[in-house]
Amino acid sequence: MSSEAAHASTPGNDGGTEHFEPKILVFCCNWCSYAGADLAGVSRLQMPPYFRTIRVMCSARVDPEFVMRAFQKGADGVLVAGCHPADCHYIGGNYRTRRRMALMKMLIQQFGFDPDRLRLEWVSAGEGEKFQKTIIEFTNTIKELGPTPFREGE
Amino acid sequence: MADKIKIAQYWGAGCGGCDVALLDIDAKILDVHAIADVVFWPIGFDGKLHDIENMPDKSITVSFYNGAIRNSENEHIAKVLRDKSVVMIAFGSCACYGGTPGLANVTNKKEIFETVYKKTQSTDNPEFVTPQPHLKVKEGELELPEFWDTVKTLDQVVDVDYFMPGCPPTTNLIAMAVDAVADYVTKGTPLPPKGTVIASDKTLCDECKRERVEKGRRIEKIYQAYEITPDPKKCLLDQGIICLGPATRAGCGAMCPNAQMPCRGCMGPTKAVTDQGASMLSAVSSLLNITDSESKMTEEQIMELMMQVKDPLGTFYAFTLPKSPLRRAVTERRKKKVN
Repeated sequence: MSSEAAHASTPGNDGGTEHFEPKILVFCCNWCSYAGADLAGVSRLQMPPYFRTIRVMCSARVDPEFVMRAFQKGADGVLVAGCHPADCHYIGGNYRTRRRMALMKMLIQQFGFDPDRLRLEWVSAGEGEKFQKTIIEFTNTIKELGPTPFREGE
Repeated sequence: MADKIKIAQYWGAGCGGCDVALLDIDAKILDVHAIADVVFWPIGFDGKLHDIENMPDKSITVSFYNGAIRNSENEHIAKVLRDKSVVMIAFGSCACYGGTPGLANVTNKKEIFETVYKKTQSTDNPEFVTPQPHLKVKEGELELPEFWDTVKTLDQVVDVDYFMPGCPPTTNLIAMAVDAVADYVTKGTPLPPKGTVIASDKTLCDECKRERVEKGRRIEKIYQAYEITPDPKKCLLDQGIICLGPATRAGCGAMCPNAQMPCRGCMGPTKAVTDQGASMLSAVSSLLNITDSESKMTEEQIMELMMQVKDPLGTFYAFTLPKSPLRRAVTERRKKKVN
């Protein structure tokens, strides 16, 4: 994604539907998904510019508290990307991640969020196209859902 | 009597257990009596709020506020006591974290009123009469506190000096606080730094005497506490019962696990984390067994596995919902799309 596009406009939570530019937070594991995202970038694959990436050493480093904090800070969607099952650099990190994220989906649903606002995806270092596809799909999902229902101080 | 300090104890949205807990310190209550006059304690004796309102600012040395902030009266009195007190202590889980009343943050005023004043089977209220904050009758105007949508913690409405979690705070913790105040008054010992949580900084597991598996801890299945009779010596979590010990602050002496009941987390999060629920969710998820066929498991199978945890919000945020990052449940404005 080009940096100009990412910073050109302020994503507004105006509650409106016409120019909704979602804020999407993407956690990428260092060994697979970040490399996959990088590949998508150097291959100049086009993606909607509404996501911010945070690199973590392993998808299991994504503490559920990070996800809660992301929603607290106004994220419209959170994507966690890690190595495919059996490919984790730390052998079993991603197995923990998917358990947590399954439970997190149940939890955020109880908090009133649509569970689709949280997504887990496996993206390997060679899957630049899958990263692009995931971002496009997830952005569309979030656009369909509209701005986050969470408002600070309400 | 003139040189005695003044203390106050008030209950907001709580059950009264905290007030009783204060009496549970037995003979130590005489130490309190020796140094202090209680100026306000609704559960103990008849005191008038306007007397407190007319006191000069900072004339009460310590106020113990228990219960969450549920309505306008709770907040008003919290503010009055804050103005009149040198030290404000959030006493008990409800004042510190919202506690059990805080679970009402999954719903709102409208739904609560509908349930309480209309839908319950024993209620006969065809005109749906609900409490009104103001009502004019021929004798004058009647007032009731206004009920709010969201339960708040004490520190979300006033500045709080110390926190004493626990449901209710245990005798030893209260004694610690009483001693600290007594030493401050009689010997001039400085009080602990502002914001101190009067409990331990470690996790409950650190205090718990149960034997746990040190390496390779794995559980096969999650049980509700009533489903099995746990081994009295082994760690409850190792036996598949969700015990919030790993995510909960120590200080209570692990009373519940000692009595064969899992910890429900009333002492709140430990020093290092802010979100107790997320912390426990993480711990539980990591404990479930991982087998060789794990890589072949589908996401649906994983979901099924995790569905063993019934009611994650109620389990992990039983005492801390209003203090969690999201504080309350929200409502999606758009209809869920059809999958």
